[in-house]
Amino acid sequence: MNSVKTLSLSCRNPNRRRLNRRQRTLVVVALAAAYLLLLLGGGLLLGEEGLSTNLTRRNMPPSLSYPLGTDWLGRDMLARTVQGLSLSFAVGLAAAGTSAFIALVLGLTSALGGKRLDTVITWLVDLFLAVPHLVLIILIAFVFGGGITGVIAGVTFTHWPALTRLLRAEVLQLRSAEFVLVSRRLGRSRWWVATRHLLPHLKPQFLVGLILLFPHAILHEAAVTFLGFGLSPHRPAIGVILSESMHYLSAGSWWLAFFPGLALLTMVRAFDVLGDNLRLLFNPRSAQE
Amino acid sequence: MWLFLAGKFLRLLTLLVAVCVFSFLLLEFSPIDPVRAYVGADMLKVGPEQWAKIAEYWGLDRPLPERFMRWSAAVLRGDLGVSMIFRRPVLEVIGERSLASLALMLTAWTFSGVFGFALGALAGMKQGTWTDRVIKWYCLTLASTPLFWLALLMLLTFAVWLGWFPVGLGVPAGVPAHEVTFADRLRHLLLPALTLSIAGVAGVALHTRQKLVEVLQSDYVLFARARGESGLQLFRRHGWRNIALPVTTLQFASFSELFGGSVLAEQVFSYPGLGQAAVQAGLRGDVPLLLGVVIFSALFVFSGNLAAELLYRLIDPRLRLKSACCKQGGYL
Amino acid sequence: MKHQEAITPLLEVSDLSISFTQYTGGLRQKTIRAIVNLSVNVKPGEVLAIVGASGSGKSLLAHAIIGILPGNASVAGKMVYAGEPLTPARQAALRGREIALVPQSVNFLNPLMRVGAQVRSSALNGNDAAVQREIFTRYHLAAGTEQLFPFQLSGGMARRVLVATAAAGGAQLIIADEPTPGLHPAIVRETLAHLRELSTAGRAVMLITHDIIAALETADRIAVFYAGATVETAPVTDFRSEGELLRHPYSKALWQALPQNGFRPVPGCQPSLDDLSCGCLFAPRCPMASPHCLTAEPALRSLRGGEAKCHHAA
Repeated sequence: MNSVKTLSLSCRNPNRRRLNRRQRTLVVVALAAAYLLLLLGGGLLLGEEGLSTNLTRRNMPPSLSYPLGTDWLGRDMLARTVQGLSLSFAVGLAAAGTSAFIALVLGLTSALGGKRLDTVITWLVDLFLAVPHLVLIILIAFVFGGGITGVIAGVTFTHWPALTRLLRAEVLQLRSAEFVLVSRRLGRSRWWVATRHLLPHLKPQFLVGLILLFPHAILHEAAVTFLGFGLSPHRPAIGVILSESMHYLSAGSWWLAFFPGLALLTMVRAFDVLGDNLRLLFNPRSAQE
Repeated sequence: MWLFLAGKFLRLLTLLVAVCVFSFLLLEFSPIDPVRAYVGADMLKVGPEQWAKIAEYWGLDRPLPERFMRWSAAVLRGDLGVSMIFRRPVLEVIGERSLASLALMLTAWTFSGVFGFALGALAGMKQGTWTDRVIKWYCLTLASTPLFWLALLMLLTFAVWLGWFPVGLGVPAGVPAHEVTFADRLRHLLLPALTLSIAGVAGVALHTRQKLVEVLQSDYVLFARARGESGLQLFRRHGWRNIALPVTTLQFASFSELFGGSVLAEQVFSYPGLGQAAVQAGLRGDVPLLLGVVIFSALFVFSGNLAAELLYRLIDPRLRLKSACCKQGGYL
Repeated sequence: MKHQEAITPLLEVSDLSISFTQYTGGLRQKTIRAIVNLSVNVKPGEVLAIVGASGSGKSLLAHAIIGILPGNASVAGKMVYAGEPLTPARQAALRGREIALVPQSVNFLNPLMRVGAQVRSSALNGNDAAVQREIFTRYHLAAGTEQLFPFQLSGGMARRVLVATAAAGGAQLIIADEPTPGLHPAIVRETLAHLRELSTAGRAVMLITHDIIAALETADRIAVFYAGATVETAPVTDFRSEGELLRHPYSKALWQALPQNGFRPVPGCQPSLDDLSCGCLFAPRCPMASPHCLTAEPALRSLRGGEAKCHHAA
C-alpha cells in the first residue's frame, strides 16, 4: 500500500483546517506591502533633524544610540539610509509608473492598431533592447542634462520595452479568444471590446508587471546615481550615499557602505516577493503546486 | 543557412544605423553644449570668438543633416572622431579598453555559466528539499543585490581588510608599461571578475533550475521514471541534455546585462575598461566617445543574440534535420 | 486460454482509491476522487482489457500500479504482485524491470535522443544493442530506424518502437495505456497483434483503452470501467448477441449502444470527478435502480465466472 497522505474519504466534502498555500501567500503579500509602506513613510516622517551634522560624533561605528553608525560629518546613518531609500522609492515609483503607462499604451496599440503600427512599435522595442540598459540610461541621462530629471528619464525610457512585449503577447492571445470574436460579431465597437473585455483580463498581468518593474527601476536608479549622475546634495539617494562611502572604505568605516546597501537589498527583495506572490495568486495554474 | 546569415547581417546594419540616428538626434536635442563641456573650467577665459572657432572646428555650426552625413561618412571610413577626454581617436580608445573589458566579461561569463548551471541543476533535481530552498533563497537574494554594493563589499573584504588583492586599476600603479606582467594583469582582473561572476551565477542558476523543473514535469521524464530511472542517471540521460541548449542560449542572450554589470564593476575597482570610459564620457560630455561606446555595445549585444540563435539552428536536431530533409525533398 | 480461473493472478488490485486536492477559485480547496474502490486482477499469459470512456481515470490506474502518481495524490487500497504486497519500495525496484509501461505517443520519448538508445535502456540482460536490434527486426523496423529521432518516426513506426520499449526488458507485467489513440485500423491491428504475441509468450498484459472493438478482438477478459471503478469483469465470450450473459446494467447498455448492436444510447452522462455522493454512481441512469442503490455502494461479487458491482446483478 502506498499513500502519500492517508485521508478519510467521506462522501461529504472533507474540510481543511490547516492554513493552505493560498492563504499563506496572501499573508506574505500583506507583510511585504506593509514593510514597503513603512520605508516610504519613515522617510517622510524622519524629516530634516536626522540629517543635521554634529562634528562631535563623527565616524562612529554602529552602537545602541546609532544603530547604523555615523558618517564623517556626524550624521546619523539610519536617518540618512531611510531617507535615501524613500527617495529611491519615490524615484522608482515615478519612473516605473511612467514606464508601465508607456508600455500599456504601446502594447495595446501594437496589438490592436493594425499591422503597420505593430511593425513600427516592435521595431522600436528591438531598438531599445539593442543597447545595454546602463549604457542607454547614461546616454539618456546625459541628453536630459544629467540632473534628477535625467535619471528619471533614463530609467523610464529603458524599462518599457520588456513590459510592452509581454502586454502585446497577452493582448494578441486574447484578441483571438472566442469571447472577443463573438463580441465583435455582435457589433460591439473596438473601444467597447478593449475596455470591457481586454482591460479586465490585462489588469492582473499589468499589475504584476508593474510591481516587478520597481526592483529593476530602483536598482538602476541607484546604480546610475552611484556612477555620479543626478547628484543632488540635499536629499541624497542611496546611490550617492554609497558612492561617497567609497572614499572612506580604506579608512575602515565599513558601516558606511554595508548598511545602506543592505537596506536597499531588503527593499528590492520586498518588491520581488510582493510581485511574485501576487502572480501566484492571480494565476490559477501555477497555484496548483 | 546562408540566407539566414545574410538576413541577420542586414538586420545588424539597419539596427546600427537606427542606433546612430537615434543617438545623434537625442544628443542634438540635449541641453548640453558640447563646447562648454569641452572647455569646462576654463569657461571664463574663453572669449566668444574663441568659442565660435571651437564650434567651427567641430563643425557644430553646420545644419543637422549635414553634420549627420559627415559623421556617418567618417564612421564608415572607420573614423569615430576624437575623444575629448583622452585627446585620442575614439577608435583607439575603444580598441584598447575593449580588450580589458572583454577579458573581464569573458571570465565572468564563463564562471557564472558553469557554476550557475551546476547550482541550478542541483536545485532542480532536488526540487522541494532544503537544498533547493537554500539555493533558491541564495539566488533570489543575490539577484536583488545591487551589483555595485556587492563590489564594494568585495573590495572591502578582499582588498582592504585581507589585502589579498590590489585595491583597483588594471595594472600596478607606478610600473612602466613594458614591465607589467601577465600575472599582474591577472591579479587586477580577478576581483572584478569574481564580483561579476558571483552576481551572474544567480540568474543562470534560477534559469537552469526553471528549465530543469519544466523538463522533469514532461511526459518523457514521466515515462523514464516508469522505466525505473531516477536520480543522477535520470539527470544524465534526460536532464542535462534537454536543458543544455536553452540554458546556453540564454547565457548568450545575457550579454546586455553582462555589459551593464561590467560598467559598475569597473567603476568600483577603477578598472580601465569600456564601462568606465562610458561613464566618464557621459559625465563630462564627451560626445564622440559616448557615441562610439553606444555603437560598440550594440554590436556586442547583437553578436550575443546571434550566437544564441545560431546555436539553436546548429544543435537542436529538430531544427537541423527538418531543414535538411526539406532541402532533399526539393521544396526550397 | 480457457482455464483462467485455476491460475493465480500475477497482479491483484483490491479496493484501490485515488483522490487529488485542487485549488478552486480564490483560496478554497476541493477534493477530487478519481478512482473509488477499484478491484481488478491480471493473470500471466492473458490479455485483460480495461474499457471505459475517455478521461475516466484509467491512466491513473496504470500510474498507480507503477508508482508514478503526482505529489498531490492520495492513495488507499491494496496491491499484490506475484504474491507479495506492492509497496512503494517494491514498485521502485520492479519498475521497468518486471512491470513495464507501453506509453501513448512519442511525446513520451525524449525528443533529443535517438530511439535506438532509448529502447536500449530498457534492455537489462545481455547486450543492449543486440536485444534492441533483435526486437526491431522482429517488429519489421528498418535497420536505420535506431538512428532516428522520435519526431522522424511515422505513425506505424512510432507504435512499434513504443511497444519495443516495453518488450525489450523482459517484463512479466505489461501495461499498455491507450496504445492506439485514433490510429489507422491497420496500425491498430498490428499493435494489438504485438501485444497478443507478448501474452502468448507467457506475460500478463493489461490493455487500457476506450476502443471497445479493439479490446474485444484482442483480450481474453474485459473489465468495464465506470466512474472510477470496474463495474464488471467478464470473459470476452460473454460479449455477444444481446449481451444477456453480461452482469452489470452498464456493460449491457454499453454493448447495446454499439452501432452493430442496435445503437441504443443510455440517457445521462458520467458523473463528474468531484461528485462525492454515496451509493452506486450508475444508479441515476440505471433502469434497474432501487432506492437502496442510491445510499449503499455495492460490493464487487463473483458471479458466473466473472465479477459485478451491482445489487441487482444475476
